[in-house]
Amino acid sequence: MAEQEYWRWTEYRHHDESIDPRAGAIVAAGIDVGSVSSQAVVTVDDRLYAFSSMRTGSNSPDSATNALNWALEGTGLTPGDLACVVGTGYGRVNIPFADKAITEIACHARGANFMYGPSVRTLLDMGGQDCKIIHCDEQGKVRAFLMNDKCAAGTGRGMEVFADLLAVPIEQVGALSFEVEEEPDPVSSTCVVFAKSEATGLLRRGWPKSKVLAAYCAAMAHRVVTLIERLGIEKEFAITGGIAKNAGVVKRLQRELGVEPLTTTYDAQIAGALGGALFATALVRKGKGRKA
Amino acid sequence: MRANYGYKDGSGEFFITIDTDACPRCAERPCVAACPAGVLEIVEDDYDDQVAAVREADRRRLKYACAPCKPVSDPPPLACVSGCPAGAIVHSW
Amino acid sequence: MVTAGIDMGAKWVKVVLLRDGEVIARGKALTGFEQKASAAKALADALGQAGLSADAIDRTAATGAGRKDAPGSPIELTEVTAAALGAVQIERSARTVIDVGAEEGRAIKTTDAGKVVDFAVNEKCAAGSGAFTEAMARALETPVEEIGPLSLQSSQAIPMNAQCAVFAESEVVSLLHARTPKADIARAVHDAIANRIVSMARKVGINEHVVLIGGVARNVGFVDAVERELGLKITVPPDPEFVSALGAALHAAERRG
Repeated sequence: MAEQEYWRWTEYRHHDESIDPRAGAIVAAGIDVGSVSSQAVVTVDDRLYAFSSMRTGSNSPDSATNALNWALEGTGLTPGDLACVVGTGYGRVNIPFADKAITEIACHARGANFMYGPSVRTLLDMGGQDCKIIHCDEQGKVRAFLMNDKCAAGTGRGMEVFADLLAVPIEQVGALSFEVEEEPDPVSSTCVVFAKSEATGLLRRGWPKSKVLAAYCAAMAHRVVTLIERLGIEKEFAITGGIAKNAGVVKRLQRELGVEPLTTTYDAQIAGALGGALFATALVRKGKGRKA
Repeated sequence: MRANYGYKDGSGEFFITIDTDACPRCAERPCVAACPAGVLEIVEDDYDDQVAAVREADRRRLKYACAPCKPVSDPPPLACVSGCPAGAIVHSW
Repeated sequence: MVTAGIDMGAKWVKVVLLRDGEVIARGKALTGFEQKASAAKALADALGQAGLSADAIDRTAATGAGRKDAPGSPIELTEVTAAALGAVQIERSARTVIDVGAEEGRAIKTTDAGKVVDFAVNEKCAAGSGAFTEAMARALETPVEEIGPLSLQSSQAIPMNAQCAVFAESEVVSLLHARTPKADIARAVHDAIANRIVSMARKVGINEHVVLIGGVARNVGFVDAVERELGLKITVPPDPEFVSALGAALHAAERRG
């Protein structure tokens, strides 16, 4: 039997049956090929119609194709029906069928503006490979951003490594991290490699997994808070990216920051691809859509 | 747009800030040639302006790329900072 | 006079016993999770070799990340002070000391008396320390002591894009899947860490002559990569991991009272 892969999160797709894509004027797509996960979003006249989220494969073109095909599955649409496709994320320049590549900074800001509304001014994007702080205006246009050198500390990949180390399915990390009598001190090392050895030591001292996870989530939250404070926080505040779904990090971050993030019924992980689709729609309106 | 590209080393966390609103008004863009490590380039940003940015490949290794310009003792003025006529490039120390 | 120098490293505890300036014994133990016990073991080991009992030690000095846990209420000194003292004792002409341990890398500019002029340290980041080669050796499924010699067999330089050890591990796995020769990957690993260490050393300025110490200096692939990156020959003392413990023992001997 294969070893259980604790880091593995559920891949998913969805489309909105109440929307008839054939009735819309502009059907466009955004594809966010990240280092860890890839998302595709299809919009119909600026409405979210279909999306998918899956693990990034060994190359960007295939990951983009797979994500898009999966999002379109059962919709009756084919890639040929798309008026424009925008690629974003780390693999954006390697998507052969994309009409334009736009940075994930701009796309997340645009997507968050849609998901959380125009009041968002500070956005934290916690992705698989990095974490960025973005200031944007009421149009979702980027005013300032801050990124650190790529390091697994404070990223989804770091959390995956930890889930594997502790043999806790990644989607249960958040809930389990609150099953502690009192909050432990955060692990002292932000480096994931060293935090792993530190965690191993804590387990040997008899700490339950929940307490070790609490210490790691707190360290991750603290790491991110120092970055946010660097750029400053203007309300409203929102979080996008996969880690937005991890309450263990989000609640501790909120506590330390003293600011409550906006909530949404949309899936925060598709913000980048959604922003891409909205950019694609705007390109079509400007007559800069799909090349013949 | 204020673009902040960060790095960490043993003494703390630092950022290079580029206020790209100044770039479209700059004809020469001497910053690109000024950096001895060649980390800067002119790109079209997402809002169609030509702006200075840290090269994608160098964003991961700024700590190492910038280290030679930041000696521990008697640091000279930074080439990128003096290289921008608009004063739009700033390093946090 | 007999002094003991204890270097409480992240991975190993190293002990050097000194009698009137001469090394009489050395001891080493894995730090593990019981740091105090490991230190006691390394010290007992060295004392055993010298045929001495603990009360024969006149003074003890300790350095390293875990120095608060060193036995025998020692004088404490920083890693950079210890490294400079030890390196200059072995190599009189040393002016730049590069110390790469399991969890940290440091570069030190020193005087001929082993006094620190300037130093730079990396943050605690696996990418700039021995933990990097260890993690990459695991990804390559090669024992860590073999990865250095293996890299010397490389016939081509390939770039490594990832900096962080966590991402570099995935990169190594992808390179293996793409059937890249292991020797070339091993060289890329050493080139990457050498580039990071040397750029840190450039912050203090490279003054000949350069001495490389710390456990990672035993790795011939790393030494080769550092020399290529610097464009000059460097010196690696015998038993480079004991240099800081030697520095601590010297410090204990110099201190009066």
